[in-house]
Amino acid sequence: MTAASEVSREGEQALLAAFDRTIARNDRIEPRDWMPEKYRSTLVRQIAQHAHSEIIGMQPEGNWLTRVPSLRRKAILLAKVQDEAGHGLYLYSACETLGVSRRELTEKLIDGKQKYSSIFNYPTLSYADVGTIGWLVDGAAICNQVPLCRTSYGPYGRAMIRICKEESFHQRQGFELLSTMMRGTDEQRASVQESVDRFWWPALMMFGPPDAASPNTEQSMRWGIKRDTNDELRQKFVDMSVPQAAALGVTLPDPDLAWNEERGHHDFGQPDWDEFYAVVKGGGPCNAQRLAHRRRAYDEGRWVREAAAAFAAKGA
Amino acid sequence: MSGQAQPRAGAEPVEAEWPLYEIFVRGKRGLNHVHVGSLHAADDEMALRHARDVYTRRNEGVSIWAVRAALVAASSPDEKDPLFAPANDKIYRHPTFYAIPDDVPHM
Repeated sequence: MTAASEVSREGEQALLAAFDRTIARNDRIEPRDWMPEKYRSTLVRQIAQHAHSEIIGMQPEGNWLTRVPSLRRKAILLAKVQDEAGHGLYLYSACETLGVSRRELTEKLIDGKQKYSSIFNYPTLSYADVGTIGWLVDGAAICNQVPLCRTSYGPYGRAMIRICKEESFHQRQGFELLSTMMRGTDEQRASVQESVDRFWWPALMMFGPPDAASPNTEQSMRWGIKRDTNDELRQKFVDMSVPQAAALGVTLPDPDLAWNEERGHHDFGQPDWDEFYAVVKGGGPCNAQRLAHRRRAYDEGRWVREAAAAFAAKGA
Repeated sequence: MSGQAQPRAGAEPVEAEWPLYEIFVRGKRGLNHVHVGSLHAADDEMALRHARDVYTRRNEGVSIWAVRAALVAASSPDEKDPLFAPANDKIYRHPTFYAIPDDVPHM
């Protein structure tokens, strides 16, 4: 052990102590602050996963853009899908402050080396799915994202504040779409119920595996990256959704769903976690299609990126 | 920070990444421009167009600045003490340093 490495280890201890104090004060960590490598890599993984989810999330709803029943609904859906692109860009921008490049993030997504939310690997088979995604999927996303506005990494928290402001429109347009259909024909009501039946369980899976099986949660909470556990957020989402489902007049497809007076919460059944892991590992109905679409967009956009760069170089 | 292509191992050289711009938006007349995030663009004009689409979809601003991230000079956190500590021991710069009798009006 040389004197120099003793000093650098002491230096690192001091940096770590300063970092821990910042976290303990509930202050934010900013891009140029020293941070433990594991803190950085955890954030890169989580923010990238989040950004990719926004970008891939454009596909299931984009599927209905050309077939919406009215100009009003089309304008709304276009604005919503454009917001998802914007959310992806806010998050990529936050992730880049941690020293990763946009290209690296995009390539890791299309090479299947970074994940996105498994919910987007389910197909949108009916137009009612556009409403259900707004109501349940964006509703679950809001449950996840509101606490992240207070996350310990400054740029991530600021991106989340911006996203949460916009997400409320997404959820409300979905609920309004479904309630309009519920006031329509028997066929339309059946279509809403069928859609809710398909999306309820995947929506519950959006909070991730149960706490006991979530290896990253504890450290992430100690660092203030996450503020609530997966199960806490899932419970919150179920409690929120039950009265909303009643107002809509749809049934949530869970025979175990019941109010528990003692706990002050709803009891509910567990999603099929085998299905969850299978979809995460690439075995969902649309995994291959989603990635192929993203890869094609990236490849086919290449000449545009090159042409713009060449034009800029000429003008410089 | 940006601009230079980083070839992937085993692949032919990839195109240069569009440079990173930091985006500042003035929320309304009378307010400062505030940093809102960053984006990639080939040139200044494209940076402004992208900033409009990414950061002002809901009337969030009346004016946008786009600055090449590479051109921003930033203080380092390590300089925090020498840079900002002197402000702490000049308490006489604050009005509360001066005791004024309660019955003196308009002070």
